[in-house]
Amino acid sequence: MTETGKLKESASQTAGPYVHIGCVPSFAGLTGMYGGRDPGAEMVTAEARGARIVVEGRVLDGEGAPVRDALIEIWQADAQGLYHSPAETRGAADPGFTGWGRQPSDAKTGQFRFETLKPGQVPWAGGQMQAPHISVWIVARGINLGLSTRIYFSDEAEANATDPLLQQIGDPARVATMIADKTAQGYSIEIRLQGENETVFLDV
Amino acid sequence: MAKGKVQSGAFNPRDLARHPSPLTPSYRSSVLRAPAHARISFENSLSEITGPVFGQGLLGPADNDLTINYAQPGQSAIGERIIVHGRLLDEDARPVSSALLEFWQANAGGRYRHKNDGYVAPLDPNFGGCGRTVTAQDGSYSFRTIRPGPYPWPNGGNDWRPAHIHFSVFGDGFAQRLITQMYFQGDPHIQLCPIVQTIKDPDAIDQLTAQLDMDNTVPMDAIAYRFDIVLRGRRSTLFENRLEGN
Repeated sequence: MTETGKLKESASQTAGPYVHIGCVPSFAGLTGMYGGRDPGAEMVTAEARGARIVVEGRVLDGEGAPVRDALIEIWQADAQGLYHSPAETRGAADPGFTGWGRQPSDAKTGQFRFETLKPGQVPWAGGQMQAPHISVWIVARGINLGLSTRIYFSDEAEANATDPLLQQIGDPARVATMIADKTAQGYSIEIRLQGENETVFLDV
Repeated sequence: MAKGKVQSGAFNPRDLARHPSPLTPSYRSSVLRAPAHARISFENSLSEITGPVFGQGLLGPADNDLTINYAQPGQSAIGERIIVHGRLLDEDARPVSSALLEFWQANAGGRYRHKNDGYVAPLDPNFGGCGRTVTAQDGSYSFRTIRPGPYPWPNGGNDWRPAHIHFSVFGDGFAQRLITQMYFQGDPHIQLCPIVQTIKDPDAIDQLTAQLDMDNTVPMDAIAYRFDIVLRGRRSTLFENRLEGN
């Protein structure tokens, strides 16, 4: 018995080195599965409002080596700040945008790449607005419980300065680990699992 | 997507002691991939409370039958034919419906269909090792497969994985996202496996161990195993779903 309920959450186990078979089978070489479309590969599925952006980056281990077997998922609001989810009670999200993406890191370079939209602003629990952000979840061999973090945007300095979560974190050096740099097509971020400039991970 | 009542409250705080610690040196791969800082807790916002939900429409007819979904027409995978079924519940024992479950596994010889798996056991040309389903209104799910084999893995010693099936689980909030593994009742490798033993609570290991279920075994066809999965519960009440036809 927990304080809050009757059952306890099932324990996590590592996704292991072969997570691609189950989650991105075409990438793993099982090319016929699921009509040849890996789940989450396309986030913008039709005409959608907002700015198209590419979010790319790498996940780095404690020695600075790119993690080439990671699976990265993102979840974000549409350009109006609405989530494509039954638990979104403020209105209907843009039907041309799923809000959910899944990509493997490249098996050679470790680079991941999402084609998505710049998210709008979403309220915090208290009602004030958060800075635009993307929720990130990372699994791989050697990661015992999926790692949650967020991506904020370097060209949203004003909104970032008043974001409730970033304010709670406080330390500018730690906050900086969650802020993606502007690139020609969108944004780029390096997610460091360990060591100097270790990314802030969240107990969501 | 499920119509009617939708839960949209904040989640119960995660009991991190039930999960493996990030750094578990007996599982060597964790050493360079474990963050040193503690995870930062904060109050859930809509970014954590909401999540993608997948309808039954996503599924192809053989997505939940790994014995045939990669096989040549009229053929099927080699191995002990099994049915894995159970319910997806939250910590308050409420069913989690319309949730995507994805599974992957080695073949009957313990070999994965993956370019990085060099184990000497042969590939089965009729087995891919990948499947998925979506939970029903009562949280129930079921799929067919073959029992995977145990296999050795490079961890510094003579380590063998117990027979296991990997599960990727969505709830209805992104903060419920979970990946875990299902083991089989009576497998002696469970006690010996460094990955299983990253979990310190024996009860939590038992929860990941599917039980033989003779009542749902199909005579002369397939043995059933029962495996229930529990996701984090929510602290607040139900709301009417206002997103019709979503």
